[in-house]
Amino acid sequence: MGALSHSRAVCAMPVAGSYRGIDFTLSNMSNSHIQKVAVFTQYNARSLNEHLSSSKWWDFGRKQGGLYVFTPAVTAENSNWYRGTADAIWQNLSFLKSSHEPYVVIASGDCVYKLDFNAVLEYHIEKKADITVVCRDMEPQIGVERYGTVRLDEDNRIEEFEEKPLYAKTRTISCGIYVIRRRQLIEMIEKCAEEDRYDFVRDILVRYKELKRIYGYKITDYWRNIASVEDYYNTNMDFLKPEVRDYFFKQYPDIYSKVDDLPPAKYNVGAKIKNSLISSGCIVNGVVENSVIFKKSYIGNNCVIKNSIVLNDVYIGDNTHIENCIVESRGTIQAGSRYVGEDGIKVVVEKNARYVI
Amino acid sequence: MIKKEMIAMLLAGGQGSRLGVLTSKVAKPAVSFGGKYRIIDFPLSNCINSGIDTVGVLTQYQPLRLNTHIGIGIPWDLDRNFGGVTVLPPYEKSTNSEWYTGTANAIYQNLDYMESYHPDYVLILSGDHIYKMDYEVMLDFHQKKGADVTIAVMPVPMEEAGRFGIMITDGDHRITEFEEKPAHPRSNLASMGIYIFNWKTLKEALIAMADQPALDFGKHVIPYCHEKGSPLYAYEFTGYWKDVGTLSSYWEANMELIDLVPEFNLYEEYWKIYTKSEILPPQYVSDSSAVERCIIGEGSDIYGEVYNSVIGCGVTIGKGSVVRDSIIMNQTSIGEGCEVNKAIIAENVSVGDHVRLGIGEEVPNETAPHIYDQGLVTIGEKSVIPEGVSVGRNTVIFGETEKKDYPDSYLAGGKSLIKAGE
Repeated sequence: MGALSHSRAVCAMPVAGSYRGIDFTLSNMSNSHIQKVAVFTQYNARSLNEHLSSSKWWDFGRKQGGLYVFTPAVTAENSNWYRGTADAIWQNLSFLKSSHEPYVVIASGDCVYKLDFNAVLEYHIEKKADITVVCRDMEPQIGVERYGTVRLDEDNRIEEFEEKPLYAKTRTISCGIYVIRRRQLIEMIEKCAEEDRYDFVRDILVRYKELKRIYGYKITDYWRNIASVEDYYNTNMDFLKPEVRDYFFKQYPDIYSKVDDLPPAKYNVGAKIKNSLISSGCIVNGVVENSVIFKKSYIGNNCVIKNSIVLNDVYIGDNTHIENCIVESRGTIQAGSRYVGEDGIKVVVEKNARYVI
Repeated sequence: MIKKEMIAMLLAGGQGSRLGVLTSKVAKPAVSFGGKYRIIDFPLSNCINSGIDTVGVLTQYQPLRLNTHIGIGIPWDLDRNFGGVTVLPPYEKSTNSEWYTGTANAIYQNLDYMESYHPDYVLILSGDHIYKMDYEVMLDFHQKKGADVTIAVMPVPMEEAGRFGIMITDGDHRITEFEEKPAHPRSNLASMGIYIFNWKTLKEALIAMADQPALDFGKHVIPYCHEKGSPLYAYEFTGYWKDVGTLSSYWEANMELIDLVPEFNLYEEYWKIYTKSEILPPQYVSDSSAVERCIIGEGSDIYGEVYNSVIGCGVTIGKGSVVRDSIIMNQTSIGEGCEVNKAIIAENVSVGDHVRLGIGEEVPNETAPHIYDQGLVTIGEKSVIPEGVSVGRNTVIFGETEKKDYPDSYLAGGKSLIKAGE
């Protein structure tokens, strides 16, 4: 059984042209033969709910299990929002209690990776761990201060766990993916709630690390979190590298997403594309270089799009120049506009009236 | 009781022999069209967009690809508790087991299927045309006219009328006479092979004509209804409709999709065409490539130059290759430094490096000059073309070919190289 905690709108952010953040975790769960998945969401959940319109895209629509979406609900005892990751689970504890599966995978929906959760579970059992945390040594160019950093002993047991340290002592981070026995989780969550504690990392992982056997499972393959603008931009740009595309798109297993029934991309006279990803439903009349263009976007005549990310369903009028930008979904950019991210990435949100198309 | 006002019966069993090697291993309705679609997607999407949620698909010739494509109908929203899409192959009976011997015979053999939905009307469709049509509007016409049978017709140029079944109507669109492929046509209203029957009329006619060999709608059932005095009406359709029965018309219809604003527009929000999408990743266009006037499907990797072409999903085009005026279907790979001119390359074909397709003079094809014409190079599915060979125009290649199959590394114009058995 799997559970996705701490979902935000980030999970619904489009990634790599035709996917959403949450597709990677959901596909990993489906490919690991996890059949029952609960998604916890509260922050701006509409687009996520739309995306999760049917469980069939990830093959969760089986008689056993299924895809559940839990938003905060008012009950006789409780009228709070989810006050933290542990609280989200606590508010839906009856779901956990009535399940019969022995183990729970907790993962966040805002990471881009491939992982076989069965391998993590086997490791978890072999180490006789109480909690297994998926960890990764991050590359030097990536700042680790916004993650939880961990230090492992020779046996990979977690000795030290610091959440978002100002100064990171190691480059090993927690990927926010945990395996835990269901009864153990229920017990810990209930204890937490009694003490008015709400956060899975601070109130469980950090506090219990001496009492419980918490182990790190190291991964070395591609893994990126997309929860900051810079990381989001870089992760999308990573897909312009052949090895990243090969890893996600060509190698087994596949990543699944909701099918949108869009026509193929169309290139008219004047289209000039260099080193870019173009998604279905796009119509291109201009120049696109080193960019990722998401689904159903229209790029007008004489446009130049460079080093940019254009999200779903954007209309870009003629003679527009866009460089080092992220153009927000459903935007309409007037003809002759110019947007250049001078130092760093510029996020362009333009909701002009659209007369064409 | 299950009750549907109108159900559709989609004839998808034909081979479509004029598409040559493209239909050697697949039924015509399962042939790719427009990059990511298959021909049957158009009538199936028309059905669901017209509010028809019960469709029987009659299969017979090479149904595997068609069956996998249709599945339980999820892409067209035809996975229903009641109705939905049902694939209807011929089946063995206690007596008189036979294949589907004609269009109407196929429908006759599935009377029980239709009966189970207690329909008022039955829509008969064929799975080999490209068009967008609202069958509900046609049904309105049928009801308003009080017709027993309504036949969709399309005005065609008078000089081409001799290739079609021609309807002659009075001022009220009632059919007074019809002629099958007349030498001297008296009207230009061509039957599109789309019929709405009152269920009672259809059932009565099929049972009465059951013993007719190769029972056909155009040749037998419609004349029978006419002779009995049933009111037959012609519903005139003026939108885009294309028969893609020959290689040249198939090629033309694909090429029309790449016009700036094509007459048949796939990009309209209204009246979407649905298909089974197997590949999701976006397409990659590299530093060394050029793409202009073309449509390209998901997950393709373009390293070469593509002009005026329709490229399917998961296609690879190698560095330095130049593709012009061609159709390349799903999962085919073109090597590096190739030249591809006016070719139709089916699915899962592998073309080696430095291959030149479609060069030299036009010479009529030696084995089937009426199929492989217009200077096209046609390559059947799963074919392999070895590196460094050149291929002339009006040629056909099918199967895993090797260097020794090409004398002097050249397949002359008009030659057929078929190693997979047609």
